[in-house]
Amino acid sequence: AAPLKHSPNRMRIDEDKTPLKDVTSYNNFYEFGTDKDSPAAYAGMMKTRPWIVTIAGLCDKPGKYGIDDLIRRFPLEERIYRMRCVEAWSMVIPWIGFPLAKLIRAVQPTSQARYVAFQTLHDPRQMPGQRSDILRWPYQEALRLDEALNPLTLLAVGLYGQTLPNQNGAPIRLVVPWKYGFKGIKSIVRIQFTANRPKTSWNLLAPREYGFYGNVNPAVDHPRWSQAKERRIGEFFRRKTLPFNGYGDQVASLYRGLDPRTLY
Amino acid sequence: MAAAITGGRAHRIESACIWILCAAPLLLLVLQGLTGGLTANPIEFVLRELGVWALRFLCITLAISPLAQGAGWSRPMRYRRRIGLWAFAYACLHLLTYVAVDQEFDWPSILKDIAKRPYITIGMAAFLLLVPLAVTSINRVRRKMRPRSWRRLHRAVYPIAAMGVVHYYLLVKADHRDPLFYAVVVALLLAARFMPKRRARPARAQG
Repeated sequence: AAPLKHSPNRMRIDEDKTPLKDVTSYNNFYEFGTDKDSPAAYAGMMKTRPWIVTIAGLCDKPGKYGIDDLIRRFPLEERIYRMRCVEAWSMVIPWIGFPLAKLIRAVQPTSQARYVAFQTLHDPRQMPGQRSDILRWPYQEALRLDEALNPLTLLAVGLYGQTLPNQNGAPIRLVVPWKYGFKGIKSIVRIQFTANRPKTSWNLLAPREYGFYGNVNPAVDHPRWSQAKERRIGEFFRRKTLPFNGYGDQVASLYRGLDPRTLY
Repeated sequence: MAAAITGGRAHRIESACIWILCAAPLLLLVLQGLTGGLTANPIEFVLRELGVWALRFLCITLAISPLAQGAGWSRPMRYRRRIGLWAFAYACLHLLTYVAVDQEFDWPSILKDIAKRPYITIGMAAFLLLVPLAVTSINRVRRKMRPRSWRRLHRAVYPIAAMGVVHYYLLVKADHRDPLFYAVVVALLLAARFMPKRRARPARAQG
């Protein structure tokens, strides 16, 4: 991990940060295995340079962008966000990155574009977990365009002031703090603008358990466990889960008029 | 006389070894707890480990009589009861961790879990079914029972092990390889029950 130049944090929360050791040793990144410690053990196999992000679909400036060009082009800032996993545990992570909105404005989506789809690298030689058909590879996720343009939505390239460790989704990943962690797709190689709602990996596997939105919603249980409370890593007692993971003021308006029971 | 003493000592050493092996997973968890080795989410980790060890000890218990009857290795038979009780001990600790540490004695939430979530319903039922088997494993209780009814009662360990596997299967998110492994093990152990039994002196028994 190399240090990253960034401007000071502009969105902080008054909660203790999760220790770096926990952030980098307890991960869901099925491309490297399904145990929590597998990503830290095997993600070293992934080469993160050179790294090309292909931007495609309904936009005026599609193309292939080198990761270092992206990092130079958009000023980096620190964002301390809550991260709520769908498995009912959570962390507080100081990310370094730039708002996805800045990239989107730079590539100018057309007026037909309504969704943004993302894809993770697909290479079983570098990602041994992809040798088993646990999920349909490559991992894919998507946001509505207005969600993607929300100022909270971040493309992270680092954490704790350093470049992203591989197990956390190096060299570039999505962070959407009001959604469950599975929406935060890692090691992105493709960003595509579409008119129709793209398929997303966990939703394809079990649509009743993982909605397209993946919004943190304590009122809608996962069919196999309650989402009302969560265990913050490093704390003994469970704490109450907040609607939209505590970011309702910034994002609740995106979902006005939608049935709250479908927002999971 | 000397041989009897040696034999007694050998038995005591063997017995102590079994005891230590059965307690080892628990001691390892304690050791990992003292050295900070329980991962970033210790409660989840301990809960999972205790549950998996309960299932493993159930499988080991079930393997002992096929070993004696099929392979003719009967020595472990004298420890079957004890290993079975260790399975029950791990199941108790697993349940206790869930109720006390994971759920913090939040009874409404626990009751909702039991009613709403099939994997908890099945896990809880498996535990309740295990209780009479543990109680009737106490020698004094066992002696009061007719051997035939004792054996019939203890056949319930097969469905209990199967319920343990289903409990595990329903819990995991996507990667079902581990629970499927235990499903195969339990199926094989059940099949082994129906294998022809090896008899010591079949010809003479026939007369």
